[in-house]
Amino acid sequence: MGDDMVRLRIRVRGRVQGVGFRPHVHGLARRLGLTGWVLNDPQGVLIEVQGIATTAFLAALTGEAPPLARIDAVEPEAVDADPAEVGFAIRHSEATGAVATGIGPDATVCPACLAELFDPADRRYRYAFLNCTHCGPRYTITRRLPYDRPQTAMAGFPLCPDCRAEYEDPADRRFHAQPVACPACGPRLSHPPEIILAALRGGLIVAIKGLGGFHLACDATRADAVERLRRVKQRNGKPFALMVANTPSAERHVRIDEDERALLEGVARPIVLLRRRPDGPALAPDIAPGLAWLGVMLPYTPLHYLLFHEAAGRPDATGWLGVPQELTLVMTSANPGGEPLAIGNAEARQRLAGIADLIVDHDRDIVVRADDSVVRKLGGAPAFLRRGRGHVPEPIRLARPVPPILAVGGHLKATICVTRGDEAFLSQHLGDLDNASTLGFLEETVEHLLHVLGVAPAAVAHDLHPDFHSTRFAERTGLPAVPVQHHHAHVAAVMAEHRVDGPALGLALDGFGLGEGGGSWGGEMLLVEGALAERLGHLAPLAQPGGDVAARQPWRMAAAALVRMGRAEEIVPRFGGHGPAEGVRRMIERGINAPLTSSCGRWFDAACGLLGIRSLAGFEGEAPMALESLVRRPQVAAGAWRIDGTQLDLTPLLERLLSARDASEGAELFHGTLAAALLDWTLPQLRARGLRRVVLSGGCMMNAVLAETLAAGFQDAGIDALLPRLAPANDGGLSLGQAWAASFAL
Amino acid sequence: MTHGSGGKAMAQLVRELFAAAFANPWLDQGNDQAAFDVPGGRMVMTTDGFVVSPLFFPGGDIGSLAVHGTVNDVAMAGAVPLHLTAGFIIEEGFPLADLKRVVDSMAAAAREAGVAIVSGDTKVVERGKGDGIFITTTGIGMVPPGVAPSGDRARPGDAILVSGSMGDHGVAIMSTRDNLGFETAILSDSAALNGLVAAMVAAVPGVHVLRDPTRGGLATTLNEIAHQSGVGMRLAEADIPVRAEVAAACELLGLDPLYAANEGKLIAICAEEECDRLLAAMRAHPLGRDAARIGRVVEDAHCFVQMETRFGGRRIVDWLTGEQLPRIC
Ligand SMILES: [Fe+3]
Ligand SMILES: [Mg+2]
Ligand SMILES: [Zn+2]
Ligand SMILES: [Zn+2]
Repeated sequence: MGDDMVRLRIRVRGRVQGVGFRPHVHGLARRLGLTGWVLNDPQGVLIEVQGIATTAFLAALTGEAPPLARIDAVEPEAVDADPAEVGFAIRHSEATGAVATGIGPDATVCPACLAELFDPADRRYRYAFLNCTHCGPRYTITRRLPYDRPQTAMAGFPLCPDCRAEYEDPADRRFHAQPVACPACGPRLSHPPEIILAALRGGLIVAIKGLGGFHLACDATRADAVERLRRVKQRNGKPFALMVANTPSAERHVRIDEDERALLEGVARPIVLLRRRPDGPALAPDIAPGLAWLGVMLPYTPLHYLLFHEAAGRPDATGWLGVPQELTLVMTSANPGGEPLAIGNAEARQRLAGIADLIVDHDRDIVVRADDSVVRKLGGAPAFLRRGRGHVPEPIRLARPVPPILAVGGHLKATICVTRGDEAFLSQHLGDLDNASTLGFLEETVEHLLHVLGVAPAAVAHDLHPDFHSTRFAERTGLPAVPVQHHHAHVAAVMAEHRVDGPALGLALDGFGLGEGGGSWGGEMLLVEGALAERLGHLAPLAQPGGDVAARQPWRMAAAALVRMGRAEEIVPRFGGHGPAEGVRRMIERGINAPLTSSCGRWFDAACGLLGIRSLAGFEGEAPMALESLVRRPQVAAGAWRIDGTQLDLTPLLERLLSARDASEGAELFHGTLAAALLDWTLPQLRARGLRRVVLSGGCMMNAVLAETLAAGFQDAGIDALLPRLAPANDGGLSLGQAWAASFAL
Repeated sequence: MTHGSGGKAMAQLVRELFAAAFANPWLDQGNDQAAFDVPGGRMVMTTDGFVVSPLFFPGGDIGSLAVHGTVNDVAMAGAVPLHLTAGFIIEEGFPLADLKRVVDSMAAAAREAGVAIVSGDTKVVERGKGDGIFITTTGIGMVPPGVAPSGDRARPGDAILVSGSMGDHGVAIMSTRDNLGFETAILSDSAALNGLVAAMVAAVPGVHVLRDPTRGGLATTLNEIAHQSGVGMRLAEADIPVRAEVAAACELLGLDPLYAANEGKLIAICAEEECDRLLAAMRAHPLGRDAARIGRVVEDAHCFVQMETRFGGRRIVDWLTGEQLPRIC
């Protein structure tokens, strides 16, 4: 190109709308002395620039992109120059044609906005709805595309002259920031921060409207408040998340490494699971009973910040944000009865009336529900435990373009997934599909996601289970249906996000999924290639006396293990205090409603039951979480497993647990030996097939100790171990795997 | 009991056994069919095959069940049952004493229900080709004028009632079959409901729906009605009667009593304003002593049966494709 006058038409794809991309282009063009224009269209951003510095322009276009932008492609082509052109213009959005560009996820308040928030001279001082193109709500306020103010929850707030001037000035940080607002023209809060803080400090439970729903908040140091919150929420033992002002405040309670700090402080502001410090300041005992981790998040709305600011005594400027703050809040989703998050004000008043002492709302509607995302560091890198606010609708890029598919996931921790080209859009966490409200949320989400993506699905993928509501929903769509076996989907989800397009050996270490032929599966070695999954082996079957009941009563699985060891007579003496032990023994011995399962999760439960850890769990997964919490260093009980043909039998390990010194030693033996046994079982199969890669998936892969030990073992053997990262390892990731597996069947 | 050459004499014996037990003017005529006069009006007819293991269970046996099941199917049309016919398939080697027990129990059940077994048939099959005994009964009955309950007549606003505790039969069968050794024996509720129904339609002739929640239990039956009527339902778990021993057995077995079979209970759906009258009529009858209002019919395009749980949540009480498969991953 050299120094000649060149005119380029540049197509930019990715998340380039609503993130300040046009002002960025505008500023760049002016700086480089280029003429031309930029506009948003359904495919992203289209630019024409003319001048001699077009090469520099292309480099800076990506190199200096605004913080929330994600550039997937820059496609320049030379076009005829227009010698008469002067200046650089931002043209209006074109709302026609296929919608292909994404709406960005919601982002936390940016540093520039924080500076304004705490600057008494600023017109947005202590204004709970300030934002700019680099921060603030996106997905949760957007009804439809293109992303413009009239299509958002801000439609009812006409801009005041000051805000309009900022909105229209290409040089301003708020140029075309759709949710821009100020105290004169924007949404208002029902209660000032001082009232809210006083209520929290007084031990009250406060419902606070956030980005994707209401939270229930209370002071985390007040045992009475936390205990009451647990009681009114009917949340038996499930840990509560904390919100603290900043990383230094979090470090009082938990250990944080550099990766974790980045997660905590990232613009998505997820809840991060962090290892608790034994010497931290006292918190209410009911927050995360018996667990070694605390879920912690930092403030992400101006209102959150205002509460901490208030607690800090309203200091000017942002210096206080660098030092530890006392205020520690419990922040838990306001979803009483397991139904979806409350989002409407009237709905919140009705549903939260008996729970919250104070309901803090405002007049900006939440259009899309989204729970907080939950992440933890797993095997040296972050992994999602729950994907929600801050990450939807960020696409997951696939190995190749696939037909448009809607996948509807499983039953618990449901999500849906929609594919478009080589992108897979995993929805936010929807909840458990055992109630009509969550099912309604699923239907709503299908409609909304298909709409904002402009996708008409060619097929619907679903689980094999005939009694999942997701399966029935899939049948109702009338689309060609592609059933995908549960553990095939678990493995395929990991293959999808790691862009594995060839065959792979997968370990699905899971709770329960219906197998081909109606079996109860959950500890599977599968050879997955496209639409096919061959069951190479599985864990030895354990009786599951009472079906789902056994998933909440680990002592039942321990009883099943005792029967397997030939020590059935120990069941009553050991577990007579927990329930009808003699009856359970008979059920196991006679096979009465005691289906055999190869589930890894149920082997975990058996270990917990034998070690006396959470023999009766308040929620599924509670016992294994407590077991994991006890591990300092995994240990291997040499040879405490058997490989019978294609089956891996852990009975000797469970026998060994009976002579463990204490529960901690038992937990360490269980984790270390399970990992060693899985390696011993899997490596020969990998070698026999010349495979250098293994895919680890299923709910048990949320267990960091197991995931790390296993991944390290494979790495040592020269095998690449792929872990679930972008989609949750549990059933929250099923829909992604279903979509990817189904794409081979179309 | 033998089959083949010696079978003729045996068949003779069997016929005599039945003739003595079921004796009534129509059967006594000794014809291959029964002829009788019927009043004018709407007649209902139903047939059912009975296969149950064990054949004898606490609170009943296959004989009484074969009468109650068919009488109840007739009664659920609001009808007065008149006559039954019965077909028996008996496995070679089935003890004669057991057969006599079954037949006597059947005769007693018919007498108690006020119906006559007017025609019958007996076949003996080779050993291994049956499970002791199978019985098929067919029943007819007459519907009083102005009475027309039907599964498609539930309307939003209607009240949903049950005549007593749920799940007794299913749990009794299961606990006996598997000898789970409960301290308190759970009795099947097997009973003929025509007397209760007669009292109910006398009190509320316009009752919208009557149905006995047999196989699949309350949950399955309510879902059938919801789909037939194109409505939804809202139940309150706390209002659904379940015996403590049944609840305890279900807790052990990991089963939901709402899916367990009943053989002597009915569901009634009526207009809200008639609910109290109907409930009073039910409670006045011995078989409806524990009758309860358990919910209401609502508008719902999805035809969901939803239940307010004891813990304040709400869940869908769905129909199941097969047995209660695990769902928790
Ligand atoms: Fe799963
Ligand atoms: Mg029938
Ligand atoms: Zn900002
Ligand atoms: Zn303004």
